[in-house]
Amino acid sequence: MNWFTTRKRSAESAKERLQLVLVHDRTDLTPAELESLKDDLLKAISRYIEIDRDAVQIGLERDGRSQRLVADIPLRNVTRRHAG
Amino acid sequence: MAAQVITISSGKGGVGKTTAVANLAVALASDGRKVVCIDGDIGLRNLDVVMGLENRIVYDIVDIIEGRCKLRQAMIRDKHYPDLYLIPAAQTRDKSAVSPSDMTRVCNDLRPDYDFILIDSPAGIERGFRNAIAAADRVLVVTNPEVSAVRDADRVVGILEAEEKGTPSLILNRLNPALVKHNDMLSAEDVLDLLGIQLIGIVPEDEAVIIGSNRGTPVVTEVKSRAGQAFRNIAKRLQGQAVPFMELEQQGGLWQSIQRLAGRK
Repeated sequence: MNWFTTRKRSAESAKERLQLVLVHDRTDLTPAELESLKDDLLKAISRYIEIDRDAVQIGLERDGRSQRLVADIPLRNVTRRHAG
Repeated sequence: MAAQVITISSGKGGVGKTTAVANLAVALASDGRKVVCIDGDIGLRNLDVVMGLENRIVYDIVDIIEGRCKLRQAMIRDKHYPDLYLIPAAQTRDKSAVSPSDMTRVCNDLRPDYDFILIDSPAGIERGFRNAIAAADRVLVVTNPEVSAVRDADRVVGILEAEEKGTPSLILNRLNPALVKHNDMLSAEDVLDLLGIQLIGIVPEDEAVIIGSNRGTPVVTEVKSRAGQAFRNIAKRLQGQAVPFMELEQQGGLWQSIQRLAGRK
């Protein structure tokens, strides 16, 4: 039943929403600012190496009371590009 | 003797700061400690009614600071515990009547003669809150397992860390074990994980708390009350004793089976 499943998840959604909100509160960085930070970061890196923009994952993560900016930026396979 | 100054704060209003101060003060006093509570909420005086001392107020903290009375004249002795005192907030003034250094001076004058000074911080993170934490050796943050209360608590924790007041301990108030069990309330583990601070006590939701406030006799004197037990445990931990956390799951289970028996499922 739909009613049952929504009820079941409310604590979980409270936690997920808070996790996001707290990271932004603590860093004083709005989601929009984070987006532009990502853009700048990728532009800078792209000047040196070719990256797979679609697979990039950049986000803020919590580690106890401290925050870290975690970026996973896959590089394009250069040799394959040259071969093709 | 050198009193430990403990400030109870929360960010959000209505989460149970004043109730916590009144209950912890009575619990510490019944353990034989000498305790002074200070109502830090200038303009919104409340600790007096929760403690049942509203009829005895002559002077308040602003009178002390502005020199209209001696420190001891403004201290109201509790009805049941001769070593428990309240310094009430001024009702007709605002937060600007007190400064952080005023609070520190009052606390330093009290320190030699008492074991604990408990300060009830106002809600918010402005002047009144800054006054309340100025003299604190230790801060307890009260929150409820609700999104708004947890978010505000996190702000307070952040400010305390930035002010180098150390990491506060958490009182998780009004936890409903049955709702937690149904996954409809943040659990103590969830809140601790989100806030990243240490727990000093979980207080279950308990009707006896309101009844105690109505009567001006804090619930902690109620032997059978679960919330009362939780506050007594916190008071023991403040005195340096290692008290295991209460089994709240059990109560949830019992409550559920009562509901089931009553046909409410």
